[in-house]
Amino acid sequence: MSVLVVAEHLRGQVRPITLELISAAKELGEETAVAVIAKDPAALADQVDVEGVNEIVSVQVEQDEFENDVYRQAVEQLIAARSPDVVLVGFTVNGMGYAPALAARLGIGFASDVFALRREGGGLVAERSFYGSKVNAEVEFPGHERTLLMIRPTSWPPAEGDGAAVEAELEVSVTGSRARHSDFQEIAASGDVDITTADFLLSVGRGVGEKENLEQFEGLADKMGATLSVSRPLVDQGWMPNSRQVGQSGKTVKPKVYLALGISGAVQHLAGMKTSGTIIAVNTDPEAAIFNVAHYGAVADLFEVAEELEKLY
Amino acid sequence: MKVLVCVKQVAVLGDEVEFTDDERDVDPDYLDFALNEWDSYATEEALRLVEAAGSGEVVVVSVGDEDMEDGMRRCLAMGADRGIRVEAEGRLDPIQVARALAEVVQSESPDLVFAGVQSSDSVQAATGNALAGLLDLPSVAVVTKIDLGDGKATVNRELEGGLVDVVEVDTPAVITIQTGINEPRYATLRAIKQAEEKEIDMRQAGDLGEPGSRVRKMFVPPKGEGAEMLDGGAAEVAQRIKEIVQEKTA
Repeated sequence: MSVLVVAEHLRGQVRPITLELISAAKELGEETAVAVIAKDPAALADQVDVEGVNEIVSVQVEQDEFENDVYRQAVEQLIAARSPDVVLVGFTVNGMGYAPALAARLGIGFASDVFALRREGGGLVAERSFYGSKVNAEVEFPGHERTLLMIRPTSWPPAEGDGAAVEAELEVSVTGSRARHSDFQEIAASGDVDITTADFLLSVGRGVGEKENLEQFEGLADKMGATLSVSRPLVDQGWMPNSRQVGQSGKTVKPKVYLALGISGAVQHLAGMKTSGTIIAVNTDPEAAIFNVAHYGAVADLFEVAEELEKLY
Repeated sequence: MKVLVCVKQVAVLGDEVEFTDDERDVDPDYLDFALNEWDSYATEEALRLVEAAGSGEVVVVSVGDEDMEDGMRRCLAMGADRGIRVEAEGRLDPIQVARALAEVVQSESPDLVFAGVQSSDSVQAATGNALAGLLDLPSVAVVTKIDLGDGKATVNRELEGGLVDVVEVDTPAVITIQTGINEPRYATLRAIKQAEEKEIDMRQAGDLGEPGSRVRKMFVPPKGEGAEMLDGGAAEVAQRIKEIVQEKTA
């Protein structure tokens, strides 16, 4: 199978997902081409010249940063020119901005949030999850000769090693970008603490129920010598600042100990903490996805456990 | 000002699971249903824009069977003006749903189309963007702020790692709404009652074409390898947690 990987980059740096996509491509490919769509693709090409890449296709466009109309048109023309069997795009905010549109327009096979891949017979089988990650599914693409897959971040290790890719260029015609980048803003930078440097994070989620209950866990974290972090719902509610948020849209953390109380373990949350040294999870739902990555788990009420912990410290 | 909001009644799986005989889905007896969390934010955002404009309407649209109407009624109770349900049976993939929605958008010609970033049961994050692709409309995915201008909008696109991309998008556009963009209002009992009287127009879907993918088999994911469960009451669990923390942070 020939695979086309669409590189993702931001502010002059290729993003890690790109190297993960290259690793994912190895599951399928005899031939992997990586497309770099940028104002100055040559400046980024070195970063994707890793083992397993056969060809790097530079696609020059006017825009420095990602804009969805630009990517959609450029990738559509890449597909027409290269006829790949499989196109791999990150299941990222950028990917979500153009890849489903492209798949719908071309009527090709499509699945997103894919975390495992294999060839079976002449066909392709992908795995993704449903129902709050409580169920996994094998999906197939009957009747499709070409498939676009959006790959879940951190599902494959980043590809590395020296590459020997052939360099090529493709000229594309991009007409009109109707959603234009104007500025970047850091929303999580200005916090009172840096949760990424803490050795011990006590992390709470939706399970705390009420804003008033947060105080108890702030107190507990203090007593235990932990730094308090949270999952997304508490930030959405405005109870805690972005700087405390663990997960894809917040911070990626790797403390020695991650103690998760009342966090069910949405995929986006797991992506931000699953490489922690030791993960301890307390949740009332025995099927909570957090138990799939935890080293230690307890099916228990977080308030009762918190109360008992208070007594011990 | 007319905003069309695509909403979905999602399936929520409880503690136990059994699969259908063909193993392609969860036995519906094990599922509860609720309005997709993202869609309540999308509905709220639409209501706010129409209220700020002083006139207009919010139309909620779903694709599916009659059960979808429960979610639509919730949006109507929040204040949406009317609903349109495209009748469809069985599991559809997001591209088929987008095909069904495209016909509605074409007939309604809204100023803006909103969809949640993703649905909590399928997590494809694809329907809204696929819809934009089919209609060749401008779009932005994963939006946490909207400032409406004349023929355009300035929106915050929430990237990974706490970074925001400020984007200027031409309108009409399809925008997918991220949680946290606002605080969705609660519907009063009176509003819930009144919502029963609001119109939900039922339409037949045209040809929805082939799905982009098909589930071959569902299964319970293998448990994490090293997960050791701590048994006993809260006191014992707390004691073990303390020991583990001491050992691992030493």
